[in-house]
Amino acid sequence: MKIDLERISWVDIFLWLFRIAAFVLIVVGIYNTLAAGKYTSEQWVTLIFSGLAQGSIYALIALGYTLVYGILLMINFAHGDIYMAGAFTAVFLAEYFAENGFLAAHPFIALTLLALLAGGVSMALAVLVERIAYRPLRNAPRLVPLITAIGASFSIEYTFRGLYGPGFHAYPPVPALSGSVHIGRFEVPTVQIVVLIAAVVLMAGLYFLVERTKIGKAMRAVSENQDVARLMGIDIDWVIVFTFAVGGLLAGVAGVFNGLFRPQGVYFFMGFIPGIKAFTAAVLGGIGNVPGAMVGGILLGIIEALGPNLFLEGLGIPAANQLKDAIAFTVLVLILIFRPQGIFGERLAEKKA
Amino acid sequence: MAMLELENVHAYYGYIHALQGISMTVEKGEIVALIGANGAGKTTTLRTISGLLKPRQGRVLLDGEDLAKYKAHEIVYKGVAMVPEGRGIFAKLTVAENLDMGAYSRNDKKGIAEDLERVFTLFPRLKERRNQVAGTLSGGEQQMLATARALMARPRLLLMDEPSMGLAPVLVEAVFDTIQEINKKGTTILLVEQNALMALQIADRGYVLQTGEIVLSDTAEGLRQNPMVQKAYLGIE
Ligand SMILES: Nc1ncnc2c1ncn2[C@@H]1O[C@H](COP(=O)(O)OP(=O)(O)OP(=O)(O)O)[C@@H](O)[C@H]1O
Ligand SMILES: [Mg+2]
Repeated sequence: MKIDLERISWVDIFLWLFRIAAFVLIVVGIYNTLAAGKYTSEQWVTLIFSGLAQGSIYALIALGYTLVYGILLMINFAHGDIYMAGAFTAVFLAEYFAENGFLAAHPFIALTLLALLAGGVSMALAVLVERIAYRPLRNAPRLVPLITAIGASFSIEYTFRGLYGPGFHAYPPVPALSGSVHIGRFEVPTVQIVVLIAAVVLMAGLYFLVERTKIGKAMRAVSENQDVARLMGIDIDWVIVFTFAVGGLLAGVAGVFNGLFRPQGVYFFMGFIPGIKAFTAAVLGGIGNVPGAMVGGILLGIIEALGPNLFLEGLGIPAANQLKDAIAFTVLVLILIFRPQGIFGERLAEKKA
Repeated sequence: MAMLELENVHAYYGYIHALQGISMTVEKGEIVALIGANGAGKTTTLRTISGLLKPRQGRVLLDGEDLAKYKAHEIVYKGVAMVPEGRGIFAKLTVAENLDMGAYSRNDKKGIAEDLERVFTLFPRLKERRNQVAGTLSGGEQQMLATARALMARPRLLLMDEPSMGLAPVLVEAVFDTIQEINKKGTTILLVEQNALMALQIADRGYVLQTGEIVLSDTAEGLRQNPMVQKAYLGIE
């Protein structure tokens, strides 16, 4: 790399100092924590598995952002609420299954039905949002669909609030998932393993869909060049609807996983934080890039799980565990500053934007 | 009845009146050349036929049927394929995937497999590189891919927008040979070319387009002999 001294601006210098400072802080924090030896390897493994499970949920949601961005160069900011809608609707079925004992007697069938319901609701809603809020504005300036996205987001949130109130509805405990599994000498909660495996299966399925099937190839063709895709006979409206539907389906299923995994339950605003985190994951992996969203999600889950104990505590920050969300958003800011194209992405400017 | 007929077609980009009343025909089995200077409206004419652009006035008829009510992707199912200007290959897809997209409108597995063999015979280079990402092909190879991809639709009417653009002279020869070969196997061709000399050598008839209007139409032989054409497009004083 050729460095032209006269071209180096104060902004560059600032960014470099910032980079060095961030790096030093992380290294010092990690060093202090490890040197103190406060945590056992069992505890670290526990954290890693909870990060993997949480991260796979982020990854499933992040795929919805990335698929839509890949095709329309647009961030569907209502996606977090699409995720909420599926999770919220399925909680009622889960309660019903818990009452009549079906959940205890046939956990696999019951959970599959819950995932199908949540996935179906989120899918239908994603398609509806595309139809109403985005399609009529496809040729409008890019700021316009962003505004309707926010509108759609509020409409969904307050529809659920209006229907079911502002309170929490907890997913009932699933007896079959309440134990833990031994992996070597480590003990990992069953629910985390099940969520992780199910998410990996879904992601493998999606990867197969995008890479191998006719519609998947059409999705990639549309994302490269809509006019030429039309000349192949591809109905791009249909491909776009399909893309929203797949993203919605994954988000809805992720909503059920989340319900199993975290006891606090669902409520109308629950999509906001995971939505932004999944968006962070998508950006981290390189928005528009399918494997990127998967890797970005898992990575973010792990960073979040390990971060508080691993380096915040080492820096002497009190109540580090409550700073989980701050970590995710710091990650977002740092990527946007230092590597806006993410891990796998190309520079945004190279796209036809 | 002509296979393709344009009747007084007007097309716009916003306020720009790009086609100002174009009428032309292409008969089944013909090669028809459309020549004209940069910005004359050649690409616009092809986009209007393929439905990417809708005429604001006038009609585009395929086998006598008005195409106005069909979307661009539906027109492909009627047997019209296009090799777009600048090739328009899908750079991130492999060669084989690009060809799959060419056959998107078809469901006859057996016929598709036959046509794949056919284009691989026509362009052996593509067969060697079938699993390569198309963006890494050379310009000439990309042109072959764009043509092969259009053939995978098994079109009755093939619209070609400057298939020789950016190619070395040897390759230009090869491209024109290929066009003739495709035509002999029964595909009707509407060919847009800057390289008017070559185009008029293989075409049956031709039209000359100038700032959105057709100013001349004749047999290819007639156009080659025409002093105005010689001066403006063939570089003969
Ligand atoms: N997307 C567009 N927006 C606005 N004007 C356009 C657009 N595309 C083409 N034009 C204008 O329409 C006219 C015809 O363009 P067209 O691309 O059809 O020319 P062409 O004959 O294909 O030229 P070339 O030989 O350079 O390819 C030109 O004046 C051009 O500037
Ligand atoms: Mg042109």
